[in-house]
Amino acid sequence: MSEVVIEEQEAPTRGNLESQHEITAEIEDLQRQDERSGVHRTQSRLDFAPYRSSILRHPTKALEHADPEGIELWSPVFGTRDVDPLEADLTIQRGGEPIGERIRITGRVLDGDGRPVRGQLVEIWQANAAGRYIHKRDQHPAPIDPHFTGVGRTLTGDDGSYSFLTIKPGPYPWGNHRNAWRPAHVHFSLFGREFTQRMITQMYFPGDPLFALDPIYQSVTDPKARERLVASYDHDLSEHEFLLGYRWDIVLTGEHATRMEQESDHA
Amino acid sequence: MPESTTPYAAERGPVPTPGQTIGPFYHFALPYEGGEHLVAPGCPGAIRLHGFVTDGNGTGIQDSMLELWQADESGQVVQQPGSLTSDPGRFTGFGRTSTWRDGGYSFTTVVPGPTSQGAAPFIAMVVFARGLLNRLFTRVYLPDDAEALANDPFLSSLAEDRRSTLIATREADGVYRFDVRLQGDGETVFLQFPRHEV
Ligand SMILES: [Fe+2]
Repeated sequence: MSEVVIEEQEAPTRGNLESQHEITAEIEDLQRQDERSGVHRTQSRLDFAPYRSSILRHPTKALEHADPEGIELWSPVFGTRDVDPLEADLTIQRGGEPIGERIRITGRVLDGDGRPVRGQLVEIWQANAAGRYIHKRDQHPAPIDPHFTGVGRTLTGDDGSYSFLTIKPGPYPWGNHRNAWRPAHVHFSLFGREFTQRMITQMYFPGDPLFALDPIYQSVTDPKARERLVASYDHDLSEHEFLLGYRWDIVLTGEHATRMEQESDHA
Repeated sequence: MPESTTPYAAERGPVPTPGQTIGPFYHFALPYEGGEHLVAPGCPGAIRLHGFVTDGNGTGIQDSMLELWQADESGQVVQQPGSLTSDPGRFTGFGRTSTWRDGGYSFTTVVPGPTSQGAAPFIAMVVFARGLLNRLFTRVYLPDDAEALANDPFLSSLAEDRRSTLIATREADGVYRFDVRLQGDGETVFLQFPRHEV
């Protein structure tokens, strides 16, 4: 197609980058706007200019209301054929211990009615302890860890639970504005029982000093909703002389189909 | 088992976790070998569904991931594992691909049959991209059954100029074009389901 031109690579040091101060002011403006209009968004705001890449990539027309039909009321099925149980351990993938703070991330995947999502696929990916991804377009001059890929997959248990053994990712710089740094995060990809519940998100670590500065985290303009992206440190999950434990439950949107309810579904 | 879409369960549960952008670094994690081939290219009934994902300037987006989810040719919804394996003989109804440098993508699949009588069949599509703060849902209707399209209640509820964004165009035998325009001229219709909040 001739009218499609190839996008310029995002260079981390383009000229005329705004300062953090300007970006922060824009974030606060939009959040005040939402607060004043009484909109309590539970989701990220698609139109959020402080995240510069969103400017040309958010729909400008209202989403069209649709009742889910047919295929949308079902979800793909994943099983042991798709996922090796060892994929939940990101510390054993490359024949040696990755460098960094060893952690466990565990929690439950629930639907919008609080019921566990059983046997569904959870995929994660993350930077290494130095804030570097194994990705050819990641140009951050931090070391690659030959013992860490940063990719994990698992299937949820009967109670909707998942658990990953990994290392704590580092924060990393990006090209959004001058001296822009992403808070440490782990990307999560999730399926529910219906395709309408499909989602991808990011999990953060408690108390990160970069929260207030990050336009992606702050695109969830409601402070209470934002907190739902942050795991909690759980000392009962930490293991003696081995790792630190973080707990993070994920709630998908509600289902639309009428299903036989099971007593044990109510968690 | 899914039976009907109404009435929806009362809003009584916990608040959903916010979605966030897929970011630029998903390529080594999510796409898998053979993900774009729901069926093997060249097998009987195989079609090519291809197009571009573009931004508000009409520029191709090189870091967008698309997923398809659809019934088989007879309208049956497959509920079998194996989507992530690269067995070309399996059809699970699920596919995943990432756009190329120019924003183009291509799937090999089959024309879905109707899952219920009178409904125009469609392929469910979900769109992720760097710069897109949450996923977007859309539908790919195929153009061949004009009567089913004309009678479809959802398509009929859309303005004429917007409806066409959901209908793939037939380029040749077994080749269909469907562009995803995130913004601007010919912006694709994206869906808001009940119980979702933007
Ligand atoms: Fe990231």
